[in-house]
Amino acid sequence: MSAGTLFDKVWELHRVADLPGGSTQLFIGLHLIHEVTSPQAFAALSDLGLTVRHPERTVATVDHIVPTTSQARPFADPLAEEMLATLEANCAAHGILLHGLGSGRQGIVHVIAPELGLTQPGMTVACGDSHTSTHGAFGAIAFGIGTSQVRDVLASQSLAMTKLKVRRIWVEGELQNGVYAKDLILHIIRTLGVKGGVGYAHEFAGPTIEALTMEERMTLCNMAIEGGARVGYVNPDSTTFAYLQGRPHAPSGAAWDQAVAWWSALASDPDASFDDEVRFDAAVIAPTVTWGITPGQGIGVDETVPTLEQTPPDERPLAEEAYRYMDLAPGSPIAGLPVDVCFIGSCTNGRLSDLREAAAVARGRQVAPGLRAFVVPGSEQVAAEAEAEGLDAVFRAAGFEWRQPGCSMCLAMNPDRLEGRQISASSSNRNFKGRQGSASGRTLLMSPAMVAAAAVTGQVTDVRPLIS
Amino acid sequence: MSIPAFPVGPVPRHRGCGVAVVGDDIDTDRIIPARYLKCVSFTGLAEGVFADDRREQAGAHPFDRPEHQGASVLVVNGNFGCGSSREHAPQALMRWGIRAVIGHSFAEIFFGNCLALGIPCLSLGKAEAQALQAAIAADPSAELLVDVEGLQVGLGTASWPLQLAAGPHQMLVSGQWDGTSQLVAHDPELRATAARLPYLTGFGA
Ligand code: SF4
Repeated sequence: MSAGTLFDKVWELHRVADLPGGSTQLFIGLHLIHEVTSPQAFAALSDLGLTVRHPERTVATVDHIVPTTSQARPFADPLAEEMLATLEANCAAHGILLHGLGSGRQGIVHVIAPELGLTQPGMTVACGDSHTSTHGAFGAIAFGIGTSQVRDVLASQSLAMTKLKVRRIWVEGELQNGVYAKDLILHIIRTLGVKGGVGYAHEFAGPTIEALTMEERMTLCNMAIEGGARVGYVNPDSTTFAYLQGRPHAPSGAAWDQAVAWWSALASDPDASFDDEVRFDAAVIAPTVTWGITPGQGIGVDETVPTLEQTPPDERPLAEEAYRYMDLAPGSPIAGLPVDVCFIGSCTNGRLSDLREAAAVARGRQVAPGLRAFVVPGSEQVAAEAEAEGLDAVFRAAGFEWRQPGCSMCLAMNPDRLEGRQISASSSNRNFKGRQGSASGRTLLMSPAMVAAAAVTGQVTDVRPLIS
Repeated sequence: MSIPAFPVGPVPRHRGCGVAVVGDDIDTDRIIPARYLKCVSFTGLAEGVFADDRREQAGAHPFDRPEHQGASVLVVNGNFGCGSSREHAPQALMRWGIRAVIGHSFAEIFFGNCLALGIPCLSLGKAEAQALQAAIAADPSAELLVDVEGLQVGLGTASWPLQLAAGPHQMLVSGQWDGTSQLVAHDPELRATAARLPYLTGFGA
């Protein structure tokens, strides 16, 4: 294979046809669906008199609307119940595998597909959810799509796509103790801006990236979209293969060796050329916290909220809106800011390693009085593994609630939400106005360990001294 | 005010009044808050469009001002539609009455979702977007002529050049923006592609 990037190789392999006007019809290897963005797609499919072309390449779960306290059916919320019932009916009618509640495999779509071995290197992955970029951690080309495109994938197992440019984000240097993949991606987005990645696939590479675990790579690629890049990926390597081996949907036996050989050949070649490259030094990154209303408005926990003078002229209107909405004064320190709610979970940071890091901070400490703190595992499997290790007991003893899996307060389509102007420390990925269920609620994004530190101190706190 | 018919077929041009929503990085959570996503059909989404901003601004939001009722061309600034992939966002805009969006730049998924509905997202310079917004504010009753085919927008005697990538441009002008049938028609190519993907053929083992 000639020198190229993984993105180019995977693109070429999946190219079905060139479409008028220069877009490409791209075959989709794995299609993931959930209850929010699929019902209208199934309805449109039947309006067109079409069927699902490759039902075996679509996998469903339920995550956005599920309650995390009692998951007994029917749900208390009739709209949520209707959405799940519709998904169940559509999957049954079209022969699509649904990992439903209590199956042992339900969870946030971006958590379960990797843990089941569905997501593999060299695949194209699409899902009606912008955080589909997560699956790029495996060296897949994975992107979020809208409902009309969900219909297209159901109908044809393909999509009309315009090819992206590729930017390599090269990271060197060791992350400090107490600084995680979440801090790295918040730092990258803060530096490149929330629209820095528009038009690009981001290849994360370099010694620091190679040293990351699969779960850390997923956190990183998950938030590529928050930096404007629809696709983020890491080249597959021995870490990837070790994670995949033995998973339910991973190849086995003789196919395993063939698969590893194929996957290895897909990695970007050493002399591949990129449309752009930026470099970061991971060693200088502090635990990072957002202070504003976009994921790009982040600062080190030891920094102060930027003043207008410190803000590029272009970004000043947004900064002013953020001061007002967040009720934060320019120049004020972020450390010490009291919080009302602490949320650990989401497809960004709801995996076992995230819960371990947070539990290490919570262990032997107590949630600050008057503060509500809860942990929502990313999947039933994560919950079971965490419980087997006793992490639930650690959290409960510290005063956290231990919930059932789902998206929960990441977007608050279920009963978990902020009230009024409450301010949350959240391990999720979006701090947009109103994101966590209250039109005036406020969100500070940070790593799970930092959320745990905020929970036990009642305020934004540098986690590093708590884990030394 | 009745909502014009949804786009069908070629979209070479559109004529209608403008409404400006000012600000960079307006995300899809703001265009339609998550609580409006609890539905299995898009039908009732118009009521959710900019719901939180409109409530906060108590009648002063552009989508509530009397002079903008019936407007069909939305004029925005940079990175409009970032965040969630929810097609509910363009659906809500469309069901409110929007048929074209003009702005400095758009998030990719939002752009694609609009295209799939036959709603062009057309780009122009940062200062030009602001100038167009100012022109709309000066005379909200003036109609904009959005020439998708010729890539320019006119308002009164003024006009501004627009940008649109060749692919989407051709899809809109030819009416092939609703591409499902085109994708399905490539049956032999789809089979050939599937046949060469090792993960679909058991890795040759
Ligand atoms: S956890 Fe949040 S970001 Fe992830 S899929 Fe669920 S709602 Fe979307």
